Amino acid sequence: MYYYDLEQYPGVTPSSYADKFNFLDETSIKSKLLDFDEQDIQIVTLVIPSVHCSSCIWILEHLSKLSPYIRSSKINFPEKKLQVIYDAIHMNLKELVVLLCTIGYEPYISLQDLSKKKKSTDKSLLYKLGIAGFAFGNIMFLSLPEYFDSNEFWLDQYKPIFRWLMFIFSIPVVFYAARGYFVSAIRGFYSKVLNIDVPISVGVLALFIRSTVDISMDWGTGFFDSLSGFVFFLLLGRFFQQKTYAFLSFERDYKSYFPIAVTRISKTLGENTEEQVQINQLQIGDRILIRNDEIIPIDGILVGGEASIDYSFVTGENLLVAKKKGDLIYAGGRQKGIMIEVEVLKKLSQSYLTQLWELDVFKKDKQSNFTNITDRITKMFSISILSIAIVATIFWVIVDPSKSINVFTAVLIVACPCAIALAAPFTLGNILRLLGQDKLYLKNSVVIEQMAQIDTVVFDKTGTLTSSERATIDYHGQSLSNEEKVLLLSALKASNHPLSRALYHFIYQSHHSALPLLEFKEEIGKGIRANIAGNSLKLGSESFVITKKENNSPKNKQSTKVFIEINDAFKGYFSFSNYYREGIQTLINKLAQKYDLVILSGDNESEKTILQKMLPPQTKLLFNQSPQQKLNFIQDLQQKGGNVMMIGDGLNDSGALVQSDVGIALSDNINSFTPASDGIIDAEVFHQLFFFLKLSKQSIKVIRLAFVFSLFYNLIGLGFAVSGQLTPIVAAILMPLSSMSIVVFTTIATHLLNKNKSL
Amino acid sequence: MDIIFWLLTISLFVALVFFVAFIFSVKRGQYDDMYTPSIRILFDDQPKPKDTQQKNNNKRSKKDN
Repeated sequence: MYYYDLEQYPGVTPSSYADKFNFLDETSIKSKLLDFDEQDIQIVTLVIPSVHCSSCIWILEHLSKLSPYIRSSKINFPEKKLQVIYDAIHMNLKELVVLLCTIGYEPYISLQDLSKKKKSTDKSLLYKLGIAGFAFGNIMFLSLPEYFDSNEFWLDQYKPIFRWLMFIFSIPVVFYAARGYFVSAIRGFYSKVLNIDVPISVGVLALFIRSTVDISMDWGTGFFDSLSGFVFFLLLGRFFQQKTYAFLSFERDYKSYFPIAVTRISKTLGENTEEQVQINQLQIGDRILIRNDEIIPIDGILVGGEASIDYSFVTGENLLVAKKKGDLIYAGGRQKGIMIEVEVLKKLSQSYLTQLWELDVFKKDKQSNFTNITDRITKMFSISILSIAIVATIFWVIVDPSKSINVFTAVLIVACPCAIALAAPFTLGNILRLLGQDKLYLKNSVVIEQMAQIDTVVFDKTGTLTSSERATIDYHGQSLSNEEKVLLLSALKASNHPLSRALYHFIYQSHHSALPLLEFKEEIGKGIRANIAGNSLKLGSESFVITKKENNSPKNKQSTKVFIEINDAFKGYFSFSNYYREGIQTLINKLAQKYDLVILSGDNESEKTILQKMLPPQTKLLFNQSPQQKLNFIQDLQQKGGNVMMIGDGLNDSGALVQSDVGIALSDNINSFTPASDGIIDAEVFHQLFFFLKLSKQSIKVIRLAFVFSLFYNLIGLGFAVSGQLTPIVAAILMPLSSMSIVVFTTIATHLLNKNKSL
Repeated sequence: MDIIFWLLTISLFVALVFFVAFIFSVKRGQYDDMYTPSIRILFDDQPKPKDTQQKNNNKRSKKDN
């Protein structure tokens, strides 16, 4: 017996989804979404954002019990991807998607899916790590007899076999596992940058050539153990530095937010026919239909119906914008209410919002020009090591020429900056994970180093400093009696408009009883008309409530208001203003001590006085900024030498986020859409931003300290090397010892740093 | 006399088997999703494989190549 056998209609089934997914019947769209399509079998992979627990896995992997035509389904939980194999004769993609919707797992299908390249994750690091580890273990095993210098007859007999086996094992380590370091060193050489991979490559080559010569001349056992161990540890550091959040994407543009297709009306022979059309194929002059909750994909003119549009994804503003017939409508908003008809004015890529992505900033990798801390240190390190090697060699050429080559290679071997190369990856890798636990998700470890250099912090206002889910409500006008408040509450209870919901919760704090409604009528985009216990009520926009031209309407037009009329008498209005997130004031006070602050808002100046009170007097406040202006402002700051961190939430911040040195997207719900950025911060930990910035600075200090540590090991090794005493066993002890102590040190230090959250 | 030679060969062979197994498992994507299989094993009612399942698996592997 299964749950779904007992209960055919469990819970609430959401309303019809059929219209929403009509575009899945289009063959051209379908063929791009399907992984596999042949005769009777189709395979599709869908992203399902609402997957969150083990029960979800159970239901989604047992889809075949819900429909006989589903052959099997398999979910990848961390990536929230569901792969379904189904019978294409009896079921089509749309039916499958609608089935998923009815059990509450609506797939997320966006424009991005159409242009997706099947990206295969790069597994070469895992292979390299496997090979280096395999060779390392076996070479250690084979060189064990030599460590003890035993004169056992049979071991001596087999020495050459042991040694040549080690040689064979080290070949894939040098030529496959360590190849990336050679490539990077050569690339650095051409662009005249002395990066960390140069001394690493020199060290690896010196180890390999010297060891090969040693065993072929029967001079000794060689350094194959150190060589393979060295490469293994380096790769381990590189592996550790990677932390990917499978469920997050840092590369999103408007395409992953926009729908695939819309309904186009075409007039043929005087009759209106509706068809699904991909939004990138829309032409200027086309007429499209936007239903309730659909996203407006292009700039256009409203030609039919009354629009009330939610632009919260674009601007962070949660209040609806009303538009009348003939008004210009910008892409990116979500229609709430009745179906509207829009005439296309601009093509998809040329709209006010999307043209931003045509800029060059979105095409280049901003981290490519960043010199990380390790490479900065290496420059000095490499030059001094090389001079030591040359001086020591010259000394031995004079004293004992037979030893000079020996010393020269020994110095190059010891110079191999294993511990230095490990310090940064392990410190930053740890910090990256700890920040992830604290709900700041960074794209990669370079962002931490960039965060440490920040001197200016730029905030978006709406949706970032203010909450997009709450508002501050004030009442102006004749005071309302308790009876009147109950009347209001009763009327508001029946409405689903966001303003009604907010107002309802506001009044509900003091009054709980609601009366039955005799008459209720909601006019979309205007307001509510209700009759309760013989009292008539009118709530809504100014033009809706105040029919007679009275002059008592408030002058301040910049905030959103709901007007009240009871029994044909105007009472007053509720005004909605921004609600600043908790802890913002403390955060700003802390940040202001060390950073320049800027507010960059796309909104009007209505909040200017409040912001001026919150922020230090020298703070720049800029309002009415377009997405392009925001980007230009950041660029100006950078040209003046600033290292800028941008914090924003909406699509209109996208340009600024990409242009800034560190762009952090703020999100109330981590699973929802965020624009392309270097990191995503959960809104509930936003007040800890100062701590995160401080942590990044401290982690750089930890790396510096680790450098001093490892330099100390290098000096000990140099002592052995220049005196001509670097034996394989000394190298085999020194190398893992230095690496392990650095790993232990950085791990302990970073965890201690993260404990001091109160700072 | 040749016992060391034999031991060497056997130990290398065993090591190679594990190495190949590792490479194979990475290639097959066993490390792609480290969480779901741990839940999947707890389902006490595995969906019954249908008669067409085999055929369809073959098709998939063909496509993957």
